[in-house]
Order: sequence, then structure tokens, then C-alpha cells
Amino acid sequence: MLLWQTSQTINFAQGEFVMLPAFFVLAAMKFGGLSFPAALLVGLLVALLVLGLLFKRLVVDPILRHGVLPLVISTLGLAILMKEGVKEFYAAEAQGFPGVWPTTNVSIGGAVISAQSLVIIGVALGAVGLLQWFLGATRTGRQMQATAQNPMLARVLGIPVDRMILYTFLVNAALVALASFLVSPIYLAKFTNGELLGLAAFVAAIVGGFNQVRGAIVGGLLLGMVDNFVAAYWSAQYRAAIPLFLLIAVILWRPQGLLGRAEERTV
Amino acid sequence: MKAHLIGALAASIAFCAQAQQTVFIPIVIEVSGSGAVSGTNFRDGALMAIDEVNAKGGILGRKINAPVSDTQTNPGISRAQVQKALDGNPYAILGPVFSGSVKVNMLLAQAAEIPQFTGAEAAEITQMGNDYIFRTSFGQQMSMPKMAVFVADGIKAKSVAFLWVNNDYGKGGRDVFFKEMAKRNIKIVADISTEAGQVDFAADIVKLKSANADAIFIYTNEEECARVLREARKQAVKTPIIGETNVISQKVIDLAGDTAEGVRGHVGLTADAPIPAVQAFTDRFQKRYKYVPDHNGIKGYTAVYAIKHATEKLGKFDSKALAKLMKGLTIKPEQEPGILMEATWDAKGDIDRISFLVEVVKGRQKVVEVLPKLGK
Repeated sequence: MLLWQTSQTINFAQGEFVMLPAFFVLAAMKFGGLSFPAALLVGLLVALLVLGLLFKRLVVDPILRHGVLPLVISTLGLAILMKEGVKEFYAAEAQGFPGVWPTTNVSIGGAVISAQSLVIIGVALGAVGLLQWFLGATRTGRQMQATAQNPMLARVLGIPVDRMILYTFLVNAALVALASFLVSPIYLAKFTNGELLGLAAFVAAIVGGFNQVRGAIVGGLLLGMVDNFVAAYWSAQYRAAIPLFLLIAVILWRPQGLLGRAEERTV
Repeated sequence: MKAHLIGALAASIAFCAQAQQTVFIPIVIEVSGSGAVSGTNFRDGALMAIDEVNAKGGILGRKINAPVSDTQTNPGISRAQVQKALDGNPYAILGPVFSGSVKVNMLLAQAAEIPQFTGAEAAEITQMGNDYIFRTSFGQQMSMPKMAVFVADGIKAKSVAFLWVNNDYGKGGRDVFFKEMAKRNIKIVADISTEAGQVDFAADIVKLKSANADAIFIYTNEEECARVLREARKQAVKTPIIGETNVISQKVIDLAGDTAEGVRGHVGLTADAPIPAVQAFTDRFQKRYKYVPDHNGIKGYTAVYAIKHATEKLGKFDSKALAKLMKGLTIKPEQEPGILMEATWDAKGDIDRISFLVEVVKGRQKVVEVLPKLGK
């Protein structure tokens, strides 16, 4: 969503972007002999380099000038390359991934809640809050927003548009790395993880609103809750269809998403 | 021109000599896809046995040639891979492990009259009148009655919540287990179907918890077992978790970490069996592959030695005769050390041998009780 706003980049490899950093960490531990915290840091740095800088320079920059559709197809190809690359050079089997927090439970008001879940919620909220603060309260963040709203005018005003777009790619890389480190202890690290995560992220962004950060958050929460309530209290067999029904309903009745802004373009 | 002809002739002679010195036993197995955990264990066990046999001169003086092909855990691809293997005139075929694949491809091996040694456990595989299919581990009709005795007498449960994977393996196990429970008047209070490759089990665990059963039975493939155990810990499930083979396999223990502690159940094969030959195998396997094998590693390993022993008994390479000899054959470790434990194949290709009740303690299977062969 960030990438779309700043550079009209639709990334269909986003799920694989979440899958990959976990393997950077595992590789750093296995081949580099690093401790888990050090490997996390290495994983984050490699993600910034590969999924941020190199993705922009080697894939987006040369292809985007030919239009959005070639880029969409390229990211689909990139997703396959990343999946098969992990399968070929690391493992086809699921890999255990250490948790950033022990698998203990805490009791809150009589309800037993996993400490790991609380940490995930806390980190996710912290990351969103930090991102919102960065975009709204810092000079660089406002320059990034200006770039997203009108790159041409931003350039006229002296904003280094190219650098702002690069920053967006780096922020995206940092966020996918964070998501990877949080979700892999539960789902295990596997080369196919991106398929599910990518679809869920895409549907959540459309449902919530493709041009609003808070829209994506609401879309994600709504999707997760509907999916789990349907599976637990109605039918587990049809759970995979529910997000798609939600997607169709939103596209039909509120195409800009639940919290999204309607946009008009000159054609 | 003459030199070229002589060269080609020499190459042909060398190729024929090479072909005569080997016996072709291809491995068709799950190297990727949701069955990769099982398949790679089976493959590694088989390759280790093949290297050992070849180092000692092979079978009847011929070394084993065993290329590995990947089914991708896809029944359609597995069928194509078995057809490809059959095109090379194999003596026998090793694999696959996944029941859904075996049900599809074993018909090809049967038609070609080539014995197939599988790691699959679905009950119906050996009940379809195929004279060329041989198990390397218990079928569900052998393992589930043992599990039912454990549920009734071991943990004395009056009700069970059952979570299973909706494929041939899961459905076969569910059907046999439910019949065994009905015989013993034990109630199934939750019957939860899940999908192969499923990653999110939060809703399924909610259902398991709300069933208030005396025990929770997990019957899915390895990766899903590990995810279920992790989710069960997240939701603070206190009900005893039990299972048959997969949920207590070493691979699941490795993936699930400390969330597997305390899980109990029945296994046909375990690397932690209190048998010196199995422990020596485990040490060699671990030294070679840097991981602890699960039951599938032992399946692949013993399958090779079963073929070796039966062939040496035959004194010739004859696929049809091998299949015939396997019916009713008992191999003892004194006769063939690589078989690890005494094993008997019946007329349908089912295997019988001792088995184990285990509990996960400190990241390993701890054998609680050794159960005798059913035939004894």
C-alpha cells in the first residue's frame, strides 16, 4: 500500500517478501553460526538491502517506466523465483523458527492469553504508531506523503522525490521483516508461506482501503476476525471462501474500501 | 571413421557392463510439498542403507542404482514419476510415503508386476487386492487398535476430541479409530477436519477446547501437527494431547519445540527404541545427516534391507518372484542386521512387528512400553 501510494508499485510478491526474511535469519544462524538476536539484526539488514534497495533498483525502476501491468507480471514472476529459490537452496520442509518471546501464558481477568500473542499485538501496534508518527510528525515523513500525493508538485517544491521513494521501499522492507519475525514462530518458516500471507494482505488492503494506512489495519483485523469466527462457529470447510466473499462485496458496494478515499484519475 | 566406430562400440560395451553391474531400484518420494518432512526422512534412510549395501558389494554382486524423483506431494506427479521409473525396467520401487499418492501410482507398479515398498499407512492400500504393494510400517488397521487400547486402558479416557487432516491418510485413520472407539463405548465429542498444508489452527483449537474431552487426538501430517501443538500452547490447552506416530515423531518435536512436551501416543517405529540396532542406526543417521531421524527414516532404511534379504534368499533378480516371496516372509535381525527389528509381511503386504508407547520428554521420545507383534 505504501509502495502503491508513492510509486504506483503493485507488488504481488509481498507474501514472499514476508516469507523470505525468516530464512535470512535461519541462514545466518546455520551458516554464519550467529546467535538468534544477532541473526535477527542480520536478517533485517539483508531484508533492507534485498527487498528494499535491490528490489527497487533491479526490478521496479527498469520495469515501471513500461507501465503498471508489466510490473505486476514481474512481481508474480519474482514471487515464484523467491519460493523456488528458498526451496532449492535452503529447504522444502518447514523449519522451526525461534520465538522472540517464550511460549508462556498470562492470565488477564480470568482469561488466559498467550504472552507471544500479546507481544505480537504490542509490536504491531507499536510499529503502526511509529509509522504514523514518522509520516505525520517528521520532515522526511511529510516529504514522503507529499511525494505520494503529487510527485510532480513535490519535485517542483524541491523534495528529493527519488530518495523519498527509496525510503518507502526501505520502510516496506523493514515492515515485512518484522512481520516475518513475528509470524514464523507460529506458522513455521516455509517457502510456501507467502501464498497465504500475500492473499490475506491483498484482500485486507482492498477491504480496508488501498490508500489509507488505517484502512489496511482495519481490513486486516476484520479479515482475521471474520475468518476465525467463521471457522470456529460456522464452517471450517468454507473459511477460505469468506475473504473472497468479503472482497467481492467491498468491490461491488464500496470500491474505495471501508476507510479508503475515492480517487479520480485523468485518463 | 573407423576410430569413431571403435569408440562407439567400446562405449556401448562399457555402458552394458555398467548396467549389468547395477540393479535399478528408483526412489519416488516427497522431496517437496506438504509431505517433504516424511519424504526426505524416507529418502535419507533409504540412501544410507543403499550406500552401506553398495559398500559391501551390493546385492548378489550388483550395486544398487537408486535415482530420486520428487512427487512434490502431488498424486498426479507421483503417478508420472512412477511411470518414468517403470520405463527404466526397475527391479523394485521405493516410496512414496503419502497415501493419496500411493493409491494413485501403485496401480501402475501392479500392472507392470514390480514390487513397491511404501511408507504409506492408509488402511485401504493393502485391501485393494494388489499383490505388489508392501508396507514398511503399520497400516492404520494395525496401529489404531493399539491406539484404542492405549486410550481405553492407558489414559482411561471416556471421551475424545479428534482433529484430523482431510486427505487419504487422515480419513483412513479417522474411520478405523472411530470404529475402535465405538467398540469400547468411548465418545467422540469433536470431529474436526483440517486441510493439508493448513497454517492457522486458532479456530480448530477453540473447537477442541470447547469440546471438554478427556483427551485430544491429533492426526495430521508432521508440519501441521507442529502448528497445532504450538497453537494449543498459545491457547493454554490443558487436556492431554495424544496421537499415533506423527504427532510424537522426532520431526514434529523439533518443529514444535517445548510445546510438544508431554504428548503421548503409539509409534510403530522410533529412533529412540530401546534396541541396540536401532540406536546404532540413529547414531549413524545423525552423524551423516545432522538430524535425528523419525519413523520414516527407519522405513526407508529397512525397506532396502528387506529387498536385499529377500533377493539373496531368491538367489536371482526376479521382480515377480520377489513379490511372491515377500508374502508371509519373516526377517530376523540375526539373518539380516539391517532390518533392525524382526518383521513379518502377511499375504496382503501388511507388516507386523513390535511397537512402542511413547511420551515426549525433554525434546525426545521416551519409550514407556514395548508392545508385542500382533501375530504373537
